[in-house]
Amino acid sequence: MAEPKLRIREATVAFRTRRGGEVVAIDRLSLDVADCQIVSIVGPSGCGKSTLLRLVAGLVRPSSGEIWLDGHQVTDPGADRGMVFQSYTLFPWLTVQGNVEFGPRLRGVPESERRAAARRYIQMVGLTGFEHAYPKELSGGMMQRVAIARALANDPEVLLMDEPFGALDAQTRAFMGELLLDIWQKSPKTILFVTHDIDEALFLGDRVYVMTARPGRFRAEVSLSLPRPRTLEATTSEEFVGAKRRVLAMIREETAAIMGSARTAGGDDAPAGADSGPRASRAPRIDSAGGDDAPGAAAGS
Amino acid sequence: MSPAQPGAERRRRTSWARFAYLRPQEPVPRRVYLGTVTGSAVGLVALWCLLSYGGVVEPLFLPSPTAILAAGLDLARDGTLVQDMRASLAVIVSGWALAAVLAVPIGILMGSFKVVEALVEPVVDFVRYLPVSAMIPLLILYVGIGTAEKVAVIFIGTFFQLVLLVADVAAHVPHEQLDVSYTLGASRAQVVGRVLLPATLPGVMDTLRITMGWAWTYLIVAEIVSADRGLGYLILNSMRGLFTDRIFVGLVVIGGLGLVFDLTFKWLHRRLLPWSPKA
Repeated sequence: MAEPKLRIREATVAFRTRRGGEVVAIDRLSLDVADCQIVSIVGPSGCGKSTLLRLVAGLVRPSSGEIWLDGHQVTDPGADRGMVFQSYTLFPWLTVQGNVEFGPRLRGVPESERRAAARRYIQMVGLTGFEHAYPKELSGGMMQRVAIARALANDPEVLLMDEPFGALDAQTRAFMGELLLDIWQKSPKTILFVTHDIDEALFLGDRVYVMTARPGRFRAEVSLSLPRPRTLEATTSEEFVGAKRRVLAMIREETAAIMGSARTAGGDDAPAGADSGPRASRAPRIDSAGGDDAPGAAAGS
Repeated sequence: MSPAQPGAERRRRTSWARFAYLRPQEPVPRRVYLGTVTGSAVGLVALWCLLSYGGVVEPLFLPSPTAILAAGLDLARDGTLVQDMRASLAVIVSGWALAAVLAVPIGILMGSFKVVEALVEPVVDFVRYLPVSAMIPLLILYVGIGTAEKVAVIFIGTFFQLVLLVADVAAHVPHEQLDVSYTLGASRAQVVGRVLLPATLPGVMDTLRITMGWAWTYLIVAEIVSADRGLGYLILNSMRGLFTDRIFVGLVVIGGLGLVFDLTFKWLHRRLLPWSPKA
């Protein structure tokens, strides 16, 4: 691989708790992403997937390790890394147009220029005709489409997506996945996509990383050679289903690990000896699920 | 009811089942709702008429509707009602506006920046539990019994509450709305000016409306303690002369003004913040 677009090197994020303890959300995690690649990250809840994105966004600083984008080290948030959140983050006092123009306006892009750009991105997410609507008049799926358009209007180098379709119903979700790929086909971007939906991760990603339960590391990389452009039919192919089965098994183990440790910590409702099984699987290792070479994350072990 | 009557029990149950809207939180048909509202209002007036015109209660305690109307017209004609209203409105609006102008920025800073919270909270939390009425003697000692004292009562009564309510509004601006602004390239100052401030507007608007309601309470307290004009004074002075009908005129005017203020705020909210979910 040529010089990667985005490079995360041995990044660790540890939070201090109020009681003076320390929680390691991400543990010596490394990742290289090539230009215009889509990398999906799945993992059990609480594994630090979101922290990883916030780290790249510059909203969280690493306790150790480095993040590099296009050869520049990331230290603060910036317009070159756009982010779409799971919760609805549109500015309610701005119209759809105003929301999409928000970034360009901060940068002082002339009005006619940013207006035209906004219109183009609004059209790209299929919301032409809603330019002057306020967020309160939109459905959840429409709001997330505006959020994507708003992030794209800044023409970021990397698009960070933190479970952006997590609050939507299943049908809207599938539609949004296809829409995102459609947009990506037209104007390719480097995308880091965090989700807990395995189908979504496999359908969108060139590569899928499975994270371990806390502290977050990469447990396995699954690569899919599904041809692009992809349609939802790809999700019924044998390769897809096989990959899904492997990822599902891994996530199940990781979830069991969390539940197991939570039960031993909680104490009272733990049946005797229930913790030994999941615990045994917590040793850091990389499954060769995808058949590819072990990813940089192996550095952790 | 004797327990050995299953037939009666069943009959009773089926008759209640017709009134589905008597279940908790169940919607009510519009006709039933309006009917109940009208019935309630008409019933109240009817009861009032019965008690006053019927001579059940002495006019000293409960004057008749016509007596109150006549007293109101009298007070309006000789100009005292307008004078009292004007005095009260001047006090309430200036005291409340002064509090708002200072409390809203302080509250927003307090809700957004933990440092400001640490600075302001000890004072505010202490003063807010002091009833304003307890401060009146001190205020009279400091600034006398004129208009300034009443403005001060309203200021103190609303300022500290406003600071805390506005701080709460600012603290509840979704954190991710600020985060997303940073990722769109906003600087710290831009996040405060272009995101945090507009995001607090609906909450601030609501807070201002609510504290205006409280200001009326403090006004009347201040005017009953010491005043030579104002609606509170009208009520107190009428009591001295046993003019019960005038007391009721004062009450009706206060209630009416409060309603007008409330409706004005709601109208302004819809007008100025059409995007607000509450508009």
